[in-house]
Amino acid sequence: MAEFRLPANSRVKPGRSHPGKPGAAKPRRFQIYRYDPEAGDNPRLDTYEVDLADCGPMVLDALIKIKSEADSTLTFRRSCREGICGSCAMNIDGHNTLACTKAIEDVTGDVKIYPLPHMSVVRDLVVDFSMFWAQYESIEPWLKTHTPAPERERPQSVEERAKLDGLYECILCACCSTSCPSYWWNGDRYLGPAALLQAYRWLADSRDEAAGERLDELEDPFKLYRCHTIMNCTQTCPKGLNPAKAIAEIKKLVVERKL
Amino acid sequence: MRSTTGLVRSRGSAREGVAHWKAQRFTALANVPLVLWFVFSAVGLAGADHATVAAWLAAPLNATLMLLLILSAFHHARLGLQVVVEDYVHHEGYKLATLVAITFATFLLGGLCVVSVLKVALGS
Repeated sequence: MAEFRLPANSRVKPGRSHPGKPGAAKPRRFQIYRYDPEAGDNPRLDTYEVDLADCGPMVLDALIKIKSEADSTLTFRRSCREGICGSCAMNIDGHNTLACTKAIEDVTGDVKIYPLPHMSVVRDLVVDFSMFWAQYESIEPWLKTHTPAPERERPQSVEERAKLDGLYECILCACCSTSCPSYWWNGDRYLGPAALLQAYRWLADSRDEAAGERLDELEDPFKLYRCHTIMNCTQTCPKGLNPAKAIAEIKKLVVERKL
Repeated sequence: MRSTTGLVRSRGSAREGVAHWKAQRFTALANVPLVLWFVFSAVGLAGADHATVAAWLAAPLNATLMLLLILSAFHHARLGLQVVVEDYVHHEGYKLATLVAITFATFLLGGLCVVSVLKVALGS
């Protein structure tokens, strides 16, 4: 049945405090979720004080500063620091977003940082993506054709190419899927907005010749129809994409072939 | 020890769901005018005695609309409750039992309503 509280060993307890250096010009407090599975303790919320006068503008800048100066055990993923790799997706100030594109000054009060919601935590802000990747792989995100390969590229008109705008930009950071209540409750069977947006990216591609098979695979009470247009996905997408609309387009394609 | 890919692909596709989705939307669409009609009629009949209401319900148009409302509303209710159960009940046994109970309950209540309307409309 539905569970309304976290399991006893997942409840977040108050953690350690790491005060900043005295005389900071612009001190700011960061509250960060910490969890070490090897320690056997509950997760805790550590507090770090950072001098923003001596720190870059983004939340990721502060995380890197904390890791290099205050606490090297703080664990998180990051790579490109410009919103294109999707590694630093986390829950900041109650919203799933990328730490590298989230400005500290856009947060009021203490900056609260948690891992992406409802995912198994590997350590601190690092979550287990194996299910997410398996779901992405299951929609077969590659061009599938039946006509033999031409000597050169498969051509596409400007209008046909334009249909991929708003779809191809997805960086698979999982902010959308992990903000979706349907994905929280049925993440093992519902594909989630990220995988479905990618599914639509290939359905919308004029060069792809497997739309029918793709729709066969998607038409399922759980894989597709767990989407109840809650729209958290669209609201939270750090790239400004609209997964909810992509899912609605898939539902339209499925219904159209029965009319 | 099963791989996540194995897990994700274990059920394949049910190749259904669109009929449910369509029925939910068609009944929702039908419910809008039917419920409006019912509410306005009920307000108009407020304070009327039993004989007046029975005569109103026995009129062919009213009886037909009432039957359609009953069928559409109970069908819609069953579909909606099914979605709620599928969302939140994860124990397969409980899920099946709840879905069976919801189906039986909506058929029982809907059937009772239909028979009641027919009894009034056709005279007992």
